[in-house]
Amino acid sequence: MHRTRFFDHVILLIGVFIMVAPVVVAFMTSTHEAADIHRNGLSLTWGGHFAETYETVLTREGGFTGKVTGFNMMLNSMILGLGFAVGKIVLSMLAAYAIVYFRFPLASLFFWVIFTTLLLPLEVRILPSYEVMNALKLTNTYTGLIVPLLASATGTFYFRQFFKSVPDELLEAARIDGAGPFKFFIDVLVPLSRTMMAAIFIIMFVYGWNQYLWPTLMTTDEGFFTLVRGIKQILLVWVGSNIPDYNEAFALAILAMLPPVMIVVIFQRWFIKGLTESDK
Amino acid sequence: MAAIDIAGVSKIYTGGVEAVKSVSIDIADGEFIVLVGPSGCGKSTLLRMVAGLETISKGNVTIGTRLVNDVDPAERDIAMVFQNYALYPHMTVYENLAYGLRNRGTPKAEIDARVAEAARMLEIEPYLDRKPRALSGGQRQRVAMGRAIVRKPAAFLFDEPLSNLDAKLRVSMRGEIKRLQKRLGTTSLYVTHDQLEAMTLADRLVVLNGGRIEQIGRPLEVYHAPASTFVASFIGSPAMNLLKGVLEGGRLHLGTHAIDLDYPAPTRGPVTVGLRAEDLRPASAGEQALLFRVDYVEELGAQRLVHGAVEDQPLTVALPPETPLASELAIAIPMDRLHFFSAENGKRLQRRGETDRTAMAVPARPQAVNLESVS
Repeated sequence: MHRTRFFDHVILLIGVFIMVAPVVVAFMTSTHEAADIHRNGLSLTWGGHFAETYETVLTREGGFTGKVTGFNMMLNSMILGLGFAVGKIVLSMLAAYAIVYFRFPLASLFFWVIFTTLLLPLEVRILPSYEVMNALKLTNTYTGLIVPLLASATGTFYFRQFFKSVPDELLEAARIDGAGPFKFFIDVLVPLSRTMMAAIFIIMFVYGWNQYLWPTLMTTDEGFFTLVRGIKQILLVWVGSNIPDYNEAFALAILAMLPPVMIVVIFQRWFIKGLTESDK
Repeated sequence: MAAIDIAGVSKIYTGGVEAVKSVSIDIADGEFIVLVGPSGCGKSTLLRMVAGLETISKGNVTIGTRLVNDVDPAERDIAMVFQNYALYPHMTVYENLAYGLRNRGTPKAEIDARVAEAARMLEIEPYLDRKPRALSGGQRQRVAMGRAIVRKPAAFLFDEPLSNLDAKLRVSMRGEIKRLQKRLGTTSLYVTHDQLEAMTLADRLVVLNGGRIEQIGRPLEVYHAPASTFVASFIGSPAMNLLKGVLEGGRLHLGTHAIDLDYPAPTRGPVTVGLRAEDLRPASAGEQALLFRVDYVEELGAQRLVHGAVEDQPLTVALPPETPLASELAIAIPMDRLHFFSAENGKRLQRRGETDRTAMAVPARPQAVNLESVS
C-alpha cells in the first residue's frame, strides 16, 4: 500500500476546495438580502436571513399566475427525477433481459440499433419529439415530460453487461427448479441486480432532475415548472429598477442541489458496488 | 427413481459440429453411471441433453417409461448439481433448497420437513440461514446436493461437481456422494474428467472420446481390459505404457528385444503393446527381461514411479519403495498381463485363453441399500 504523505493530502484538499467552495459561496450569499448582494457582490460571511429567504423561496406563490411555490417546483422535479430513474431502469432491464436471454432473429442488430441511439441525444431529436407529444396532446403533462426520454441505451448497455456476467448455470438451475422466464427474472435476476439498479438509479435521477431543455419546451403551464427552470424564472424579473432576487436565486440553486446530493450520499455504497463488483 | 435409456443420441450444433455421435447407454434403476473423458469429448453435452438443457438432435432419451425429448427440464423429474454450485447468491441456504419445491406448489409444511431432512443428512443445518457467500466451497457443494435431494427426483445429474474443490475435500466429498447415492438409491449420471473419481464412484463407467463411446463397463473391467489404446491411456494412474511392437512367429519383438510368448499370439504383424506400470517388476536371473534405462524417479511414498525408456520407447515402472535402483534395470515381462491393441485402429486384440480377471475381481453391482427409507 502506498503511504499517504503530506503532498497527497494537499492535492485532495485542493480538489475539495474547488468542488465545495462555489457551493459554500452560493449558500452564504443566499443568506444575505438581495440589496446587499447587489451592492457587495458574493459573500463569504453569514448574512443572517437564512430562515426568511428559504421560507419565501419554498412557500411564496409566484410566477405570472401567482400560484407556483418553490415547494411545488421541487415536487415536480422530484416526480421527473424519480419517474425518469424508475422508468429507465424498468425499461432497460426488460430490454437487456430480452437481448441477453432470448434468441430472436436479428438480436444483435437490435442491440446495436439501441446502442447507436447513444449518438442521438435528446437535443438532436427534440423537434420531432415535441411534434409527437404535441400531436398526442401530452404537452403540460407528467407523461409528456417523462415518457419520451425513458428509452435508455446507457441503461440497457449496463444491464446487458451485468446479465452477461451472471453465470449460465444459474439460469439452468432455475430452469430445473421449475422457474419460467418471468419467475427467473423476478426471483433471480432482479434481486441480483440490486446494486446495479442503485447505480443506474443515481445516474438517471440526477440526469432527470437536471433536465432543463425538455421541460422548458414541454411545459407552458407553470404548475409543471421544475426547480431548475424556477431559478431562471427568478432572474427574469429584471424589469425597471427592480433588483433581481439574487438571494432567492441562490437559495433555489442550493435547494435544487440538495436532493441529488442526498441520493448520492445515501446510495454511494451501493453505487460503487454496482459499478465495480458483480454480486455473485 | 427410474431407469434412464439413452438411445442413439446425437448432438449436432448449427454449423455441423457433431459433439455427441449416436451414443446409447442403458442405465438401470438406482445405478451410478460415470461419464468420463477428456475435455471436449461430449460428456457434458450428453448430460445436458438428459437434463433438457440442450436439445437432442437425434435419438431418444427415456426416463422411467417417459420419452422426454421434448419435455421441459423442470418436468423431467431430474435434479442437477453443477460444477460452480449455481446457488442463488441472494437467497439463504434454506431458500435455495426450498425454491424448486415452492415453484412446484409444495405445501409449506412439507417443504420445511424435506429441507430439514436434507440438511440433517448433509450436516448443513447450522447454515440454513446463511447466504452462500458465507460458506466454504465444500459447504456450498453440500447445499447444491441438498437442492437436488429435496426434490426427490428420479435421477441425479452431476456435472463435474467436485472440480472446484481442493484435493483433500474432493476425496471426502467423493465418499459422501457415493454414500448418499447408495443410501437414497437414486439413479445417477455423473460427469468427470478425473479417472480416479470415475473409478471410485461408478457402478459402471462410460469412457467417451470425441463424442463416441470407447467403452462401457464396470471400473475393474475397464481397468483390466481396456477396449482401446485410448481407454488404456486414460484409465489408471500412471497411464498404461503403450509400446510399439511386432508379433511374429509366436514372439513379440520390442525394438531389438524378442520375447517368447507362452500363448498363441492374437495376431501377426505390428501391434501396440500395453503394460501397466504396476504389473512390471525387476527380473530375476534367467527370466525374459527388457533392458530399462532409468531417466528419473518420482517418489510417492507407497511406491516409486521410475520413468525411463526401453531403447527409444518411454516406459514407466511402479516399484516398491525399497527396490534398489541402478541406472539400468532388467524388467520382467508379465506374460499374462500383456495387453495387445491393433496398430491400425487401437482396438483391443483379445488373446485366446485370456483369463477373465474382471469376473473374479468385481462383486456384482451392489443393490441400493435403504438404510433409512427417505421417501
